[in-house]
Amino acid sequence: MVKLKINGTEREAQAPAQRLLLDFLRYDLGLTGAKEGCGVGVCGACTVLVDGELFASCLTLAAAIEGAEVTTIEGIADQGRLHPVQQAFIDHGGFQCGICTPGQIIAAKALLDFNPQPTEDEIKQWMMGNLCRCTGYYGIINSVAAAARNTRNNAPRQPTDD
Amino acid sequence: MIDFEFHSPSSLDDALEMLERYGGDARLMAGGTALVLQMKQRFAQPAHIIGLRPLAQTGGLSAVQETDAAEPYVEETDADETPKSIRIGALCTLRRLEDHPLLRARIPLLADAVRRVATRRIRSMATIGGGLVNGDPSQDPPPALIALGASVELTSPSGTRICPVEQLFIDYYETDVRPNEALTAVLVPVPPADTRGAYLKFLPRTADDYATVSTAALVPRNPNNTCRDVRIVLGAAGATPIRARAAEDLLRGQELTDDAIRAAAATVPDAVDPLDDFRGSSDYKRQMAAVFTRRALTQALGYNKGTATP
Repeated sequence: MVKLKINGTEREAQAPAQRLLLDFLRYDLGLTGAKEGCGVGVCGACTVLVDGELFASCLTLAAAIEGAEVTTIEGIADQGRLHPVQQAFIDHGGFQCGICTPGQIIAAKALLDFNPQPTEDEIKQWMMGNLCRCTGYYGIINSVAAAARNTRNNAPRQPTDD
Repeated sequence: MIDFEFHSPSSLDDALEMLERYGGDARLMAGGTALVLQMKQRFAQPAHIIGLRPLAQTGGLSAVQETDAAEPYVEETDADETPKSIRIGALCTLRRLEDHPLLRARIPLLADAVRRVATRRIRSMATIGGGLVNGDPSQDPPPALIALGASVELTSPSGTRICPVEQLFIDYYETDVRPNEALTAVLVPVPPADTRGAYLKFLPRTADDYATVSTAALVPRNPNNTCRDVRIVLGAAGATPIRARAAEDLLRGQELTDDAIRAAAATVPDAVDPLDDFRGSSDYKRQMAAVFTRRALTQALGYNKGTATP
């Protein structure tokens, strides 16, 4: 039995020792946002947060992080209101085919949590580990920069009624 | 991935006891970035995995602390100051190290080398100890650690022993860590204030790649600009990280002119033994090892504008 706190909710499921976190999310819990791309930790499509840290869920054994808090793309909107990074990707064309997008958005959220006002160079350095095979990198960089601006304009983020 | 049994030890002693019980069928797992990948590719097929993540917050196993040094790297110029070391718990992630104010202030050469590993995501998972035990000669921290004169603490049920990082690596993916031992800490002497260092990594493919070749250089200088000592260590240039001893011998005690640096770098192709692979031929890497040695020494001496200091 593997027990994890996923997007704020305790979840548990029977899983063999070799179950990867990515497969645990997708097949045991039905959270299909994180994708398998390369399967070797390079492409970033499977990126999630584990106790607030960026993780490649394709290289993480679910059993190895027993009890940890996992945040996936499904968990960052706030009661139906999109996270500023999600909204910025929509507003600024941050995706084309979309398969890398959950990983891109989780990586960008982690960047802004760590460094709310990154320079363009800092965005490129940080996002280097998330590949986009449509090569829509300018849209992604613009989206992250816009999310940083919006977060600053709205900071601190207020709870909303809608 | 083949089937295996996963174990969550409650303490380091518990983990060591499991290691003893399961013997050669067991592997300790820290961040898992190397081991899970090797298991997926069936290079490693352990029957038992002992997961160390639950121990990261116990017994200083991921702490970064300044301590008095047992053995300073070089004699201090200022006799009033006690030589210091930074002790890094083996389960400290590379991400925490690259951001750690103490490490960045006291041993920026190591913080720089750590920051060159793969991507932020991999550095958030991978640990300093796990990488060393993996024994891959293309990794970034080992050349810097060897240049700095660092050691590792190896713990077994019968006690601990200290092994210099320079003697830790035996062959490709083979280390001096015994089957009943866990690498528990890395001990890095803080270089004297007049010491400069640089870590350069040749990356012709992508920014998150392993090095084609890499060079760490550490140069303690005398006030008259002669070189009191020097360490030059090449990564991805052989079965283990390699000290360029002939180059070091040419520079030690000499004035660090551009000609002296060029003459020293010219000895490097004979000191290394790189593999032919998709990153380049062995001959090409030998030449690049010399080029990056020259650049690392030049950068360490601050001849180039805007380069990192010590």
